[in-house]
Amino acid sequence: MAEHGVAQIWRKIPSMYNVIGNHCTTCDTFYFPPRPVCPKCRRKGHLEDHKFKGLGIVHTFSIVRQAPDDFKTQAPYVVAQVQLDEGPRLTTQIVNCEVTDVYIGMRVRVCFRKITEFGHAGLILYGFKFEPTMKVTGHPDR
Amino acid sequence: MTVKKRVAIVGVGISKFGELWDKSLRDITLEAGMYAIFDSGVAGKDIEAICIGNMSAGRFTGQEHLGALAADMGGLGHIPAYSVEAACASGGAAVRQAYMAIRSGEHDVMLVLGCEKMSDVNQSEAMRTMGVASDWEWEGIFGATFPALYAFIARRHMHEYGTTETHLAQVTVKNHKNAEHNPWAQFQKAVPLDVVMKSGLIADPIRILHSSPISDGAAGLLMCSEEKAKQFTDTPIYIEASTQSSDTLALHDRRDICTMDAAVVSSREALRKAGLTIDNIDVFELHDSFTIGEIVLTEDVGITQKGNGGKLLDEGLTEIGAKYPVNPSGGLKARGHPIGATGVAQIVELVFQLRGDAEKRQVSGAEKAMAVNIGGTGATSIVHILGR
Repeated sequence: MAEHGVAQIWRKIPSMYNVIGNHCTTCDTFYFPPRPVCPKCRRKGHLEDHKFKGLGIVHTFSIVRQAPDDFKTQAPYVVAQVQLDEGPRLTTQIVNCEVTDVYIGMRVRVCFRKITEFGHAGLILYGFKFEPTMKVTGHPDR
Repeated sequence: MTVKKRVAIVGVGISKFGELWDKSLRDITLEAGMYAIFDSGVAGKDIEAICIGNMSAGRFTGQEHLGALAADMGGLGHIPAYSVEAACASGGAAVRQAYMAIRSGEHDVMLVLGCEKMSDVNQSEAMRTMGVASDWEWEGIFGATFPALYAFIARRHMHEYGTTETHLAQVTVKNHKNAEHNPWAQFQKAVPLDVVMKSGLIADPIRILHSSPISDGAAGLLMCSEEKAKQFTDTPIYIEASTQSSDTLALHDRRDICTMDAAVVSSREALRKAGLTIDNIDVFELHDSFTIGEIVLTEDVGITQKGNGGKLLDEGLTEIGAKYPVNPSGGLKARGHPIGATGVAQIVELVFQLRGDAEKRQVSGAEKAMAVNIGGTGATSIVHILGR
């Protein structure tokens, strides 16, 4: 499958490992995933790389029970849209809690995990997942 | 070049939808095309071009270049044949491309096809192929399956508007009841509410019976200019409006995940072009790949206001015989959803309805009809309004 190619994943490492998106200095909008062109300003836009803080809230979620082959061993798992504090939403897994404990509005932070591996001898894909924030680490509630 | 006023549909054809183990992609596509041609009374030599909608024959069957394939299998010789793709809206896209070609005057008589053969791969491969209709690089890659993305919409709709699991199930019950009378449907049988509510969860809160099936099938239309239509039939159905709109590929980039803005824009534009209001539409085919999709679309096309889609079901207003009949064919849920065929099959059903040929699922006296075909999770919306 084309979507299992090495270069296709390698190109995305900065975004996948460190939640690096971009910021348009013309309209002051943050983008994640990074965009090649600011869709609001188009040619007048000026995009700069931006490393997101990795904090946000669960906007919506689902518990995947019928999983694709690459995720069969993880099922059931939670995928969610997380609204980052800087504005954009992204799609990610929520980990380090029971699948039934996730709720809309839950405060979450980024963590670095193995996403999946592409078959027995295939590429191992790493990147961001999100986990509940913990009071002891002093993450702001919002 | 003069711009033609209206485009007519003079013939329709559809294959049986289902798991058709004994038939290949070319068998079912040819079947639908031949039915459409026979229904129209158009001779093969009068067909000037073909437009075929298909999402992913390359992955589902290992075959691309479907335009030439269709011309070849149909024995239609050297006429141009165009293949178009817009994920689950590929069929609608094919209808719209033919509409534009005929209106422009480039072609007068066209065969439109939509097809998908999904059962030649296993379920995992089929799921992965459907997943590429969303933003593969930023949604699918993290394990967000296509049902999970619609579950995102459902969960948020429940959170914001109080929509319930019962509402999700009511769409299934209604559409299966309609499909009982559709001889081409994949599931020609009713299903009780409690069976839907207890069916297996695939991506909470979406259950297997909230989801359209994996299907094989094809559908075809014979379309021509208004001037030519009367040569072929006494009962042409006219395309009163054809519109298309786009939105962000990824669901997470949308302004509001409970609204398909592309459907709002394209349905308003279609009504304006046709000079109609939503209350003038007698019958609808709305894209219910997941039942939450039908609920959202009843709101987005303006049958009811945002958040009220569940209540609309409680009141039974979308059943055959009520004010806004939705998916008399059984919809994607019960007729089946061979991806590229769906947009064309919606139009086939509405032509049956407007001709008064829909037998036991007939919406009596239907004069105007609307089809909404959605690609991905709402990144493409294609709307057609038909009239007799």
